[in-house]
Amino acid sequence: SNHKGEMSGTGYQGKKNIPHLTNERLVIKGGRVVNDDQSQYADVYVEDGIIKQVGENLIVPGGVKVIEANGCMVIPGGIDVNTCLHKPYLGTPPVDDFYQGTKAALAGGTTMIIDHVTPQPGESLLEAFEKWQEVADKKSCCDYSLHLDIPHWHEGVKEELEQLVQEKGINSFQVYMAYKGLFQMPDSQLYEAFSFLKELGAVVLVHAENGDLIAQEQSKILGMGITGPEGHPLSRPEELEAEAVFRAITLGNRVNCPVYITKVMSKSAADTVATARKKGSVVFGEPITASLATDGSHYWSKNWAKAAAYVTSPPLSPDPTTPDHLHSLLSCGDLQVVGSGHCAYSTSQKAIGKDNFTLIPEGTNGVEERMGFVWDKAVAMGKMDENQFVAVTSTNAAKIFNLYPRKGRIAVGSDADIVIWDPDKIKTITAKAQQSALEYNIFEGMECHGGPVYVVSQGRIVFEEGNLQVQQGTGRFISRKPFPDVAYQRIKYRNKMMCKQGVSRGMYDGPVYDVPATPKYITPAPSAKTSPTTHQPPPIRNLHQSNFSLSGAQIDDNIPRRSGHRIVAPPGGRSNITSLG
Amino acid sequence: MSFPGKKNTPRVTSDKLIIKGGKIVNDDQSFYADIYMEDGTIKQIGENLIVPTGVKTVDAYGHIVIPGGIDVNTCLQATHLGMTPADDFYHGTRAALMGGTTMIIDHVVPEPGTSLLAAYDQWRDTADKRSCCDYSLHIDITRWHEGLFEELEHLIKDKGVNSFLIFMAYKDKYQSSDTQIYEMFSAMRELGAIAQVHAENGDIIEEEQKKLLDLGITGPEGHVLSHPEEVETEAVYRAITIAKQANCPLYITKVMSKPAADVIAKARKKGMVIYGEPIAASLGTDGSHYWSKNWAKAAAFVMSPPLSPDTSTPEYLSSLLSCGDLQVTASAHCTFTTAQKAVGKDNFTLIPEGTNGIEERMSIVWDKAVATGKMDENDFVAVTSTNAAKIFNLYPRKGRIAVGSDADIVIWNTKETKTFSAKSHNLTVEVNIFEGMECRGFPVAVISQGRIVLEDGNLNVTEGSGRFIPRKAYPDFVYKRIKARGRMADARGVPRGNYDGPVHDVISMTKSMSATPSTRGPSCPGKTPVGPARNLHQSGFTLSGTQMDDHIPRRTSQKIVAPPGGRSNISSLS
Repeated sequence: SNHKGEMSGTGYQGKKNIPHLTNERLVIKGGRVVNDDQSQYADVYVEDGIIKQVGENLIVPGGVKVIEANGCMVIPGGIDVNTCLHKPYLGTPPVDDFYQGTKAALAGGTTMIIDHVTPQPGESLLEAFEKWQEVADKKSCCDYSLHLDIPHWHEGVKEELEQLVQEKGINSFQVYMAYKGLFQMPDSQLYEAFSFLKELGAVVLVHAENGDLIAQEQSKILGMGITGPEGHPLSRPEELEAEAVFRAITLGNRVNCPVYITKVMSKSAADTVATARKKGSVVFGEPITASLATDGSHYWSKNWAKAAAYVTSPPLSPDPTTPDHLHSLLSCGDLQVVGSGHCAYSTSQKAIGKDNFTLIPEGTNGVEERMGFVWDKAVAMGKMDENQFVAVTSTNAAKIFNLYPRKGRIAVGSDADIVIWDPDKIKTITAKAQQSALEYNIFEGMECHGGPVYVVSQGRIVFEEGNLQVQQGTGRFISRKPFPDVAYQRIKYRNKMMCKQGVSRGMYDGPVYDVPATPKYITPAPSAKTSPTTHQPPPIRNLHQSNFSLSGAQIDDNIPRRSGHRIVAPPGGRSNITSLG
Repeated sequence: MSFPGKKNTPRVTSDKLIIKGGKIVNDDQSFYADIYMEDGTIKQIGENLIVPTGVKTVDAYGHIVIPGGIDVNTCLQATHLGMTPADDFYHGTRAALMGGTTMIIDHVVPEPGTSLLAAYDQWRDTADKRSCCDYSLHIDITRWHEGLFEELEHLIKDKGVNSFLIFMAYKDKYQSSDTQIYEMFSAMRELGAIAQVHAENGDIIEEEQKKLLDLGITGPEGHVLSHPEEVETEAVYRAITIAKQANCPLYITKVMSKPAADVIAKARKKGMVIYGEPIAASLGTDGSHYWSKNWAKAAAFVMSPPLSPDTSTPEYLSSLLSCGDLQVTASAHCTFTTAQKAVGKDNFTLIPEGTNGIEERMSIVWDKAVATGKMDENDFVAVTSTNAAKIFNLYPRKGRIAVGSDADIVIWNTKETKTFSAKSHNLTVEVNIFEGMECRGFPVAVISQGRIVLEDGNLNVTEGSGRFIPRKAYPDFVYKRIKARGRMADARGVPRGNYDGPVHDVISMTKSMSATPSTRGPSCPGKTPVGPARNLHQSGFTLSGTQMDDHIPRRTSQKIVAPPGGRSNISSLS
């Protein structure tokens, strides 16, 4: 593969899209540079939005702005690969748009997001993509990229997917196993979608919940007269999440396609991912801020608005040991990426479902709090070291979605998205002090250790000592190429290994039972959708050799054969047995 | 104790028999005693029994005396593409008796779209005429349809059927969707039946079949390649998830692979009411034969789920059977002649599915598990007879040697060996998938309904002597826990004040995925939903004080409407 070569050689796509706003030069002094593989004391010199030098005693031009890191960590800016900043609910947008949302991201140390484009069934994916890009280009304050959610699988979608991958810089697509009658795909469509996306070299994101069972449980629970937010977790027990994860992984294995589970919310779903990885599946799991920092007990809050604020799918698990378990798996590498699932609907929007929990718009905040809680609950607790912290908040995501090493690393040539992280900073989360436009915060009152003191995005200081200085529209669309190495290297080798071969055996020349009627059974007509290049020649058969014979006396010779059997000899003139019709 | 159904068929004989000198082995204990039986029922057990003179004596010295085997998975009548199986009720039950099995439960397979009841009658008719041992019937639900609930109710309450098989495979033929499975599980739970599942993901199988045929692979190896064990495992996992939601007992037929068995074992450890059934083939052989150069041999192994190519599978399954993680051994006996199998000679998807095993089942378990020291003789009785009797509500009429139980008894030789071969088996098929296998343990005498049917290697059966054994709903063994859980599982809502904050105005709500309660939902029809009582004076929600983002103008597109003050509760659902 030469993708890596292309990536570092040809410069980055999309950079030219927007003229650079400033020409700042920066040097970060006295910090410890922490990447996912090592930590070292070094200074970092930045020019034109790119890291130019990393090392001690750097020779830099005079008059350069200096950031004193004072022994703090210097880490690659966070990458939040799961946000919904433009996803409408019944026609109304979330309160955090690309401006509000990316502001909040930067305030939390995240310098890049990947947002979900969510077309409605029947809508063109390309048009939806262009709509999202237009809005984001105008509003985003940090670099961004886009996932495409596929609302409905059909033949026509293939052309659009091809175009999106090859021309638009999209390499990740989400499919849904839930939302029956809306986005949900049956297994046969998932299989087709996985097969097609794999050929394109894309990463398949899966919303893993069993939609059929959810629909059943919802009607059962509404039938019992339960209409409040507690109906949401009651109708989506964690078994339904774990089941779908298991099925998605099975499909991924069959198709030999990398699978990325968005929003791992429960212990059993996380365990399923971990077990599959131990068996060699190419699968990635993404817990989110909410599942790592809080739990589903709040759905039973007496305060409707509070309970509704937690409504997201899959739901937060009512099991209070879940966050701790998820942090453990994240620390040991069984889960890989932390997203936020940030999708902010105001209380009045949530109240659309005040009489029926199935109508409450889904989503929680977390884009600002994401990195802080990983530090607080995993690193500060001694579960995870600072390098793994960088891996799960930035580097792994960059690798999986093919942004590496442009993003996710502090190295010469990488983008100057840098965070000066103070492990000892203490912050109390409150809606009053947040960047998000929401009037609530699901982490209200929680104390969090660790946070950014400086945030540098595209080589510019955007956050300094608690103050944000952002500019709407400075965020660039970062296009991503297909076939990310971390996901596809293994897939390519497995493709070669998995080549199935039939047994070359003599033609069966014994008697054949005569079946009069046309078979009702699956008559597998060669499907039209396999790539036309793989036209197989029939396997060579030795027609002279047949090792089947029926000879000698049988114990049941005395039993009369039933009269209903008509035996026909095979036509002698058939030259091979590969005709499938 | 009286058993229903006994009167159905006139007694063929009223042999009086005494078995002397053997060691009686039940699933819970072994002891030395004689057994006296009369009119097909065990009358006395003990030493120095006082019995009428002139009673025939069966000598069991040196052998164990066990309850006759129960094979709960046979297909002796189900057709495939209009082809009837090579072994019908006569040949099949003869072979069963020869192997120590004195009762079978056969699968009724209605053509999709036809009435379950009609198929049941057809099966009863044939089996009553042909069966040589007692039998009962499972009914396969080949298509979900309106009115199914009533049919199930009728079959359970009036026809003595308490177990139904649902297919997760055979797409566009038998396969049910998750929604349908949930509905059927809920119905079965309500009626006290056992849900059986053929667990394979039919969607994936169909895709894999297409792919393989496109690659030019048409031989029997294509069968196992298109039914990888993951696809079985996935379906087992999903079936368990659905059963958990519906609180329905689940029985997985034909456990063929290690990971599928593991999923069952794990679910049991989590408290699920679930049973797993390995079969003679998965315990006695493996899937390497699909690659045989001999087409007829390879095709003889074709069945679904297929035998695993992993050669350590039989040993693994017998270990799980020994420790109780799997519970029942069946045969899934369904045989087609080589000429019938050859219908799929150019396309493996057309090969009729099924293997033999009805005759070899018990010997294979003895040889692989008891003779190797994995399980003791009591466990052997449990997995070949007693557990099945308990699960399917035949116990203690069947599955136990006790006074009052049916005189279905086997005298089992534990020391000598027997070799399986197509040349010597009692089946009509030309291929035996266990060809050449030497097994320790086999029956020296078999008593069915109090009559000796096998003695000194000679079978002496009567066509049509087998009786239909009706089975009642709610087997205790299965349903005690289910009932207790049903009482526990009632979810409750939170009584909270009416939300009285602003509500975002939505012009069109039609697109939303509002869950409309189904016409015949799974909840009890007697219950009409009642809204929970609400304290209308208390609302815990306030928006007060300055907010950080007060300086940000609210977007104009948002229209806020106040909730209608007149609403008295929030429980209206539509």
